[in-house]
Amino acid sequence: MATDPLRTLLEHAFPDASELKVEDRTGGGDHFQVTVTSPRFDGLTLLDQHRLVNDALAEPLRDGSIHELRITTRGTQ
Amino acid sequence: MSEELRTRIQEVIEHEPVALFMKGTPQFVMCGNSDRALRALREAGAPVTAVDVLPDPAIRQELSAISGWPTIPQVFVGGELIGGADIVEELAATGELEHTLEAALGADYRSSDSDRTVSVLA
Repeated sequence: MATDPLRTLLEHAFPDASELKVEDRTGGGDHFQVTVTSPRFDGLTLLDQHRLVNDALAEPLRDGSIHELRITTRGTQ
Repeated sequence: MSEELRTRIQEVIEHEPVALFMKGTPQFVMCGNSDRALRALREAGAPVTAVDVLPDPAIRQELSAISGWPTIPQVFVGGELIGGADIVEELAATGELEHTLEAALGADYRSSDSDRTVSVLA
């Protein structure tokens, strides 16, 4: 899949993100790196931060559109 | 079958000090993220017990149902989900992984034993 639909899902989940990047790591449309900086991550453990990203991308993760996902999250504080 | 499988997965999570659910085995890793998690754990000196999820898709389904975590690999320390490859790498880089291992397993957690692999299939 293209990066745009993933970006849209993340924009819905993190409307206040100050940084939101989706990269296709291999050009094959199934290995992605996503980077999100959002105040929603403030005070959360890394585990819970990544859970929020996984939740936002639940559908493409479930149906196999995303074969490999790398996540980088940052709070704003 | 499914209930039995779930019980076996739960036993591994609860009883193994460090459980790594991965694609492949430590001797033959089948996925880049599983490799990253394994390396980070090894560098921290963790006594890794590996479970290959590839032999049966049901393993991954049951595991994700238990953990609420959708992707592989998954790392558990002292029965608690730590995260996937990105989190384990990040915790290793900050030194927090070693603290987590010490807190859960005791100061002498470092194992000279090599990794071991267990199966959750009957």
